[in-house]
Amino acid sequence: MSLTKSELVEIFRKLVLIREFDLLAIELRKAKRIYGAVHPYVGEEAVAVGVCAALRPTDRITSTHRGHGHCIAKGADINRMMAELFGRVDGYCKGKGGSMHIADFAIGMLGANGIVAGGMPIACGAALAAQLEDAGKVTACFFGDGATGEGEFHETLNIASLWKLPLLFVCENNRYGAGNAVESVRAQADITLHAPAYGMPGIAVDGNDVLAVRDTAAEAAERARRGDGPTLIHCKTFRSLFHAMRDVPPPETRPDDLLAAWRGRDRDPITRLEDHLIGGGTVTTAELQQIRDAVKRDLDAAVAFAEASPYPDPNDLLVDMFAE
Amino acid sequence: MREITFAQALEEALIEEMERDERVITLATTRAPGLENKFGDKRVRFTPISEAAFTGIGLGAAGSGFRPVVHWGMVTFSFVAMDQIVNQASKIRYMFGGQADFPVTYRCTTGGGMQVAAQHSQSPYSMFMHLAGLKIILPSTPADAKGLLKSSIRDNNPVVFFECSRLASTTGPVPDGEHVVPIGVADVKRAGRDVTVVGLAYYVREALAVADTLAAEGISLEVVDPRTLVPMDADAIRASVRKTGRLVVVDEAPATCSAASEIVALVTEDAQTFRALRAPVQRVCAAPVPVPFSPPLEQAALPDRARITTAIRRVLA
Repeated sequence: MSLTKSELVEIFRKLVLIREFDLLAIELRKAKRIYGAVHPYVGEEAVAVGVCAALRPTDRITSTHRGHGHCIAKGADINRMMAELFGRVDGYCKGKGGSMHIADFAIGMLGANGIVAGGMPIACGAALAAQLEDAGKVTACFFGDGATGEGEFHETLNIASLWKLPLLFVCENNRYGAGNAVESVRAQADITLHAPAYGMPGIAVDGNDVLAVRDTAAEAAERARRGDGPTLIHCKTFRSLFHAMRDVPPPETRPDDLLAAWRGRDRDPITRLEDHLIGGGTVTTAELQQIRDAVKRDLDAAVAFAEASPYPDPNDLLVDMFAE
Repeated sequence: MREITFAQALEEALIEEMERDERVITLATTRAPGLENKFGDKRVRFTPISEAAFTGIGLGAAGSGFRPVVHWGMVTFSFVAMDQIVNQASKIRYMFGGQADFPVTYRCTTGGGMQVAAQHSQSPYSMFMHLAGLKIILPSTPADAKGLLKSSIRDNNPVVFFECSRLASTTGPVPDGEHVVPIGVADVKRAGRDVTVVGLAYYVREALAVADTLAAEGISLEVVDPRTLVPMDADAIRASVRKTGRLVVVDEAPATCSAASEIVALVTEDAQTFRALRAPVQRVCAAPVPVPFSPPLEQAALPDRARITTAIRRVLA
């Protein structure tokens, strides 16, 4: 499927924005300017950006503990994201959620989730709502390879297929569930094979090729909108950095050759798209540099926005507990 | 006023709310042919036995504009959906800064006395009370069951609605037409002078029976039914205790960290009510065991009229 130059440029911008947002978050956390845990999405950006490029603004997504990329890909405001990481009142959750619990219901981002597979039933519920409304909305449910060991994964694949829910099950197989290699925790290493077991199509895709992910997701979304049910999209990608950090990044325990292979210019999702766009004459190096510069400025502005925002008032501790 | 069963009252409430609001849908593992015929199988969803999935589906659909009524069957089965209840439903609104509402009602049967042994005779409402973020309902009469289920479905928060198994076939008067009971308001089921007995669910009836018996001796019991456990109507319970000066709480859950414990704490923490107490408070609860199967053992595990009466005599001594 051919995309316009502006669409391609926007895809590139979002890849870079996610990358730079998370690299910045790591530095901010090391400097103790933000709090809690950081789960960088570095290396996996093409999955969120590719899938969300195939969605409409009214479509919905659910996310994971590694959720900054999904937020940005769906169109979240980085100022409010950053303010949430800073624990400030202008954050998406008014400082009540932090990195692992960013949501923006107004754009159909139904929440990051600190529990592996925890968002999968919620995604199914959103898809059921869409099916009942019959408005052609789909839901993309992001989860990692680790989620395939959870009961909620199997339960939701079965129900979604049985009810033909308009869902995209997007598995980000980054090869490690926290510190455990996929093959060390799964009897069957190929996650795609779960799809036929639950009577739905399963498609494996190079998760570092944003355009391939986008095309696969577009096809699955069309299928879902037609009423033909969910698709399992198995995105093969790699977590370039660590699982999570608090005060300092944890030591690397994965094999050097594996890291080198996935971090290469031909594998990295950003340089890969960059080379493709420049090689095809779509954009110039200077244009891409302008985008990178603009991203840096936007992130500086986001940090300034966050730091200018006040901390929540402890007197508001109980606000938002119950709806009227 | 007409008399119907507790179960009929709940059915009426559900049908009326589904007629009133087409966004009310149901999810359950057992088929409901009557409801399906009336509202269609799109709104009346028959689900696989996948509690974690359909508990979260209810939550997700609630966050996407619907008002699901999810039936776990027995509360027993909710325990395989604990992630969705504890990590998701109870926290989702607050954790996201109140940006969306989640109007979902989780129904389940509860309680012992049915000779179905440990796994199917549980009264774990205090486990759910402990999770900030859920409203908890436990009615004792058909009228309250109907009125509170309607309020729960209309409420914009996750509500867990406990239906005591031993009450299902009991009958009581239920007003014709629209009948709604507000969440968070206790009810004095019998006014009295000497002892406040706070009963829960089945034990409201048992407390009333004991009150009849003791009235012959000139002992006047005030029987208070909280009806809602979260939010608890502490004011009503305290007011009753300030009047009588004595408190007995009766429930079929074990006493440790129970609703009964919470009620006692709410009463004794209040200085004015504490000063009005004329005797130590008493809890009449289940023995701290998994509920056993054999009838004599089960009866020994659960509160009964004799134990309630003993506790009342103790606070009067």
